[in-house]
Amino acid sequence: MSSETDPVVSLSGAKKYFGAVHALEDGRIDLYAGEAHALVGENGAGKSTLVKIFAGLHRPDAGRLCIEGKEVVFNSPRDAIQSGVAVIYQEPTLFPDLTVAENIFMDRQPQRSFHRIDYRGMNQAARAIFARLEVDLDPTRLALGLSIAEQQIVEIAKSLSLEARVIVMDEPTAALSSVEVDRLFRVAQTLKSSGVAILFISHRLDEVFTLCERVTVMRDGRFVQAAFTTETDEDSLVRAMVGRDVERRSDQVRGVDLKPLLEVEHLTLEGLFADISFSVAAGEVVALSGLVGAGRSEVATAIFGVRRYDYGKVKVGGKPIKRGSPSAAMAAGIGLVPEDRRLQGLVMEQSIARNIAMGSFKSLRRKGLIRSITETRFAADWSVKLQIKYGNLANSVSTLSGGNQQKVVLAKWMSRSPKVLIVDEPTRGIDIGTKAEVHRLILELAKSGVAVLVISSELPEVLNLADRILVMREGRLVGEFDHSEATEEAIIAAATLSKEVKAA
Amino acid sequence: MTLLEQNSQNNSARTGSSPTGVPGGASKFTSLVFRAREFGIFGILIVFVLLTTAVKPRFLAAQNIKFILIDTTIFALLALGETMVVISKNVDLSIGSILGISAFVSSNLYQQFHHISIVIVFGVGIGIGLALGVVNGVLIAFGRVPSLVVTLASLYIIRGLDVLIVGGRQVVASSLPSNFISVTSASFGAIPVISIVVAIIVVGGAYYLKNYRSGRDLYAIGSSEQAAALVGIPIAKRIFTAFAISGAIAGLAGVIWASYYGTIDSTAGTGYEFTVVTAVVVGGVAIVGGSGSAIGAAIGALLLNTINSSLYVLGVSAFWDQAISGLLLILAIALDRGLGLYVAKSLRKRSSRVAS
Repeated sequence: MSSETDPVVSLSGAKKYFGAVHALEDGRIDLYAGEAHALVGENGAGKSTLVKIFAGLHRPDAGRLCIEGKEVVFNSPRDAIQSGVAVIYQEPTLFPDLTVAENIFMDRQPQRSFHRIDYRGMNQAARAIFARLEVDLDPTRLALGLSIAEQQIVEIAKSLSLEARVIVMDEPTAALSSVEVDRLFRVAQTLKSSGVAILFISHRLDEVFTLCERVTVMRDGRFVQAAFTTETDEDSLVRAMVGRDVERRSDQVRGVDLKPLLEVEHLTLEGLFADISFSVAAGEVVALSGLVGAGRSEVATAIFGVRRYDYGKVKVGGKPIKRGSPSAAMAAGIGLVPEDRRLQGLVMEQSIARNIAMGSFKSLRRKGLIRSITETRFAADWSVKLQIKYGNLANSVSTLSGGNQQKVVLAKWMSRSPKVLIVDEPTRGIDIGTKAEVHRLILELAKSGVAVLVISSELPEVLNLADRILVMREGRLVGEFDHSEATEEAIIAAATLSKEVKAA
Repeated sequence: MTLLEQNSQNNSARTGSSPTGVPGGASKFTSLVFRAREFGIFGILIVFVLLTTAVKPRFLAAQNIKFILIDTTIFALLALGETMVVISKNVDLSIGSILGISAFVSSNLYQQFHHISIVIVFGVGIGIGLALGVVNGVLIAFGRVPSLVVTLASLYIIRGLDVLIVGGRQVVASSLPSNFISVTSASFGAIPVISIVVAIIVVGGAYYLKNYRSGRDLYAIGSSEQAAALVGIPIAKRIFTAFAISGAIAGLAGVIWASYYGTIDSTAGTGYEFTVVTAVVVGGVAIVGGSGSAIGAAIGALLLNTINSSLYVLGVSAFWDQAISGLLLILAIALDRGLGLYVAKSLRKRSSRVAS
């Protein structure tokens, strides 16, 4: 192995803060020519931040980035490209209306006399790269309609035309079929044998062992361990990825004879998720867990009617709900606290009072009109109940902190007395204190008889809140755990490994 | 290095295994439809010509062809500038007003300076257009104001300026020298010289857009501004240039308009922007940016003018002319939209087939 030689790229002691959030505390990785190095870790372990440093999108607040021994600073994606570092994203950004060859050579097209573009030369050059990668892609076709796998190949071809020495692949296989993964790996092998260093990010541990020589584990923004793949195994990687104590919810409110309130049967939306069936009983908190991109939020929005599913049924209290209609879902008593509260949960420019009252206009109006005093009183009541900290209810909701914004969204739905509440990433970007309050609110809601479905990428949160935990991987339900038997290891294993895990 | 050897072995073992290209069914279908669209415009054009000629043979009289061509010339020229703008996912609504003010100011020079050179008259017209286009461009490209708003505002402002300058006056044909009139009256048989000149300009413009990096940049920006930024395309500079050129072209069109119509008041060119945008879109330039050609846009202009003329010759109400233009516009946009949905859907199905 080439462990004796010096790394092409070496990152050490990298830190990156966003305000109070420490996205990266100790980013460390060495990449060697002709080798693939895997980077694994849970959601939020700091992998994407590290990738963005390599891409020149983030400047680390501390740490050293060296290329062939020389320290470099990337101020823009251009700097990174010029230093020979190319990043292939999971879903590349291409020009759909231009040909594949143009996408590869945009603004670097070969020229002939009078600076005219040499289309023939450009297509030949693209063909030559594809031949080198041993893929069969027509350079003259439009990028429109290329599959994601093909788009990634185009990006790889682009980085080769730029003579990249380091190629970072950020979860390239997440959206690929097994045939496409095989092809990507063949391309990656070709790249390795031509001396390119690859940084490979993946949640699928089996892929790590197929493709990579080395693997680095990160957790909570920190480097945990680096090893040769020949000297480690999946179990020890999973252990390194989790590696922390878990706080547990103490008051288990589990009765035996719970009648399902929300029933989801064989829900399918082609390309996003398939055959999702589960139920949530009144008073129960069920968590939908899995990796980012596993299709959890898509299921939530389909239940709520924002997305129209292809097949399946959603029932509340035994009554089926019309698909693709949020108003039908709301009428049946479903509420959705969405993933992105700024975009989907709130009208940021409107007042706090208006945002709280927004779900209850029907009950607040008198003779078809809503008086602002009614609205304000209503909002004030709920702000007290949820302990929302605000200056003035008439201020726009954008003046609130993230935690209080989330409480406004919760207040909006709680004031409708929902039967079913779906909460997507309830505490993302919220400080620890408010987090605990939000957790308490969710548990109180459940105690009062609401069926709660929580979607969360944070395993401690899932384990803390849920009575039952469902795990999704690549659009399918792959595991179900009772609160008592769930462990972080088991959930991560179900979410990342290709074999089915079913708790006994 | 054993690793490298091992890899190359793997590769040679793998070479020649299953064909890795996924058949591009969607793309072939796409390009087929796009081509079908350009032929489609031609088809509609020929149908109109044949039908009208069957009823009224004088439709193909030299004089009528000449009328159609000169009208088309002005619109096709404007459409060249508009194409550059629309390709970059913008729109220029100020061209009718720019044409109007350029037409009056340039031809009015003859009232004051009887022996002024025609070169200066053209220069002034183009200069006015360029200056106004630069103002549009600065606000849109560097001020980051949406082009729809900026050019809608300049449509009104420039027209207002025009009315102020013109007052109740008028330029009349008798005050214009014969060499100025002959810019549009000279012809080879039924084909006006100016049409040939403009055809060359349009073909040259289309050639530039196709064969130069800066031209391709406009397509790239319109196709995905995000991707364009990642590649490092100077987005603001390109968009600015497109508006400046569109303005200059509208200025040139104004002088040609003055030469052709001879009588110029403050209403010259009113509403032209809509006809031009219609011609551009009907001619296959996607209103959402990224695709289309100036030649297609010129054919679109020819189609609209031919329909206009054939309905006139047939004695059909002018209402039908506008209704048909609107219908063609909706057809063109529906085709784009339908195509987009089709491709998106087939892609989604394909990925789901693979996943399951």
